[in-house]
Amino acid sequence: MQYLISVIDDGTGPETATEDAAIDVFNDRLKAEGYWVFAGGLGTPDPATVVDNRGAEVVVTDGPFLESKEYLVGFWIIQAPDLDVALELAAEGSKACNRKIEVRPFL
Amino acid sequence: MTAARVQDEITRTHREQWARVVAALTRRFGDLDIAEEAAAEAFVAAVERWPVDGVPPNPGAWLTTTATRKAIDRIRRENKRYDKHKEAHVVYDNDPSEPFGAVDDEVLRLIFTCCHPALAMQTRVALTLRMVGGLTVPEIARAFLVSETTMGRRVTRAKDKIRVARIPYRVPATKDLPARVSGVLAVLYLVFNEGYLASGPDTDPVRLDLTAEAIRLTRLLRELLPQDGEVAGLLALMLLTEARSRARVSASGELIALDEQDRKAWDSAQIAEGHRLVRERLLAGVAPGRYQILAAINAVHTSARDMRDTDWSQVVALYDQLTRLDPSPIVALNRAIALAELDGPEVALAAVDRLGETLTGYHAFHVTRAELLRRLGRSDRSRAAYDRAIELAGNSAEIAALSRRRDQLAPPSDR
Repeated sequence: MQYLISVIDDGTGPETATEDAAIDVFNDRLKAEGYWVFAGGLGTPDPATVVDNRGAEVVVTDGPFLESKEYLVGFWIIQAPDLDVALELAAEGSKACNRKIEVRPFL
Repeated sequence: MTAARVQDEITRTHREQWARVVAALTRRFGDLDIAEEAAAEAFVAAVERWPVDGVPPNPGAWLTTTATRKAIDRIRRENKRYDKHKEAHVVYDNDPSEPFGAVDDEVLRLIFTCCHPALAMQTRVALTLRMVGGLTVPEIARAFLVSETTMGRRVTRAKDKIRVARIPYRVPATKDLPARVSGVLAVLYLVFNEGYLASGPDTDPVRLDLTAEAIRLTRLLRELLPQDGEVAGLLALMLLTEARSRARVSASGELIALDEQDRKAWDSAQIAEGHRLVRERLLAGVAPGRYQILAAINAVHTSARDMRDTDWSQVVALYDQLTRLDPSPIVALNRAIALAELDGPEVALAAVDRLGETLTGYHAFHVTRAELLRRLGRSDRSRAAYDRAIELAGNSAEIAALSRRRDQLAPPSDR
């Protein structure tokens, strides 16, 4: 079972060196114990571009699709046997990156 | 056997066997939805068959067999749908959780799954009452004053989340057990409290169906976890609270405070059982958790012939102990109420006023202030506090009692 672990920034600001180091340790654990699938950092949504090609022509809009104080700043995709394991890892990840986290199962 | 006797037998079996049938089927089919529906169908079959064929010698086994057959019928009927489900069966790990027996283990898995921390509190309550308690969705909807559609959706969504997000169907590991048990106890205590002080404006002030259900489920949990002090503590707390329910509402439908209750109307059997449990925990010599301390406080109240006879220094000492575990303003408020009996209303009022900032939206805070101000003869300020309490209270019997106490105050002074 794969879970998306979204990292939510609610005004925490840029990542610190301590957070970086803690995230590295956490990533190493995910890899060593076989939970790791993929991960990535996104930063603020300011450079986002929205593309909508459902109509006659492509509409390109500058900025994120959702203006919000809270935004997705990064994510992990993990492989875990059940939600209890995923939540335990998410708790550790939240501590490491010092941000709140959302856990969602892939379909 | 007469029709009435058969009906009693069905009711009793439903109470005793529902959770076991649902748990057994969940194990077999890996699907809470199929288990729930098949269990319900098996009980419908019992209502049809038992008056004709007689009550089977082993009603629990009959129900499990019948429910299993119903589940297989349904799976055959909806073959495609079940295939899709198969990929997303509940996560059942076969490691037996050692200290528990096989049947107990099944029911415990069901309880822990329904009370999983990834589900919202109101969802846990609804799911536990449905899957473990065997209440119907309309019954639960009525109990919590929401529409059947809303409650039905809440239960369905919970079952979907358990399946899709893979909430495991298992007894938690020993290291997680205390936290998870306290999560289950919180659900049961919420059901009890909703019954004991119904929050709706037009419901009965005390709804014994809900308190009885909470007590029944806590008893079940105690059977499954006999060594757990907090489970025993919560059961004792519920019994010692419920014991006073008959004295708690007047003939005219007003809530009666502890100091005005007719203690002869208290239920002596429930008090005796509650006291027995509290003594058992004292003898265990293990540091008590919050439910055990709350039960001990209620044991002191129910040991006293009247307010004056109450060992208030013991009550305050127990609240001190509780404060160390749970330094919340609500605990501090209750401690202040006991302190009024020990050190007088002036001291208590000072303690209560210190909580004003956090508790200003909580009706019990204003009730406490109103009562203390009344005892100090400060009628105008007491009246203002009663007014605020009445604004915030949700239970009509309580509003009636507060209005009466307010109207007994000395008439407003001219300013």
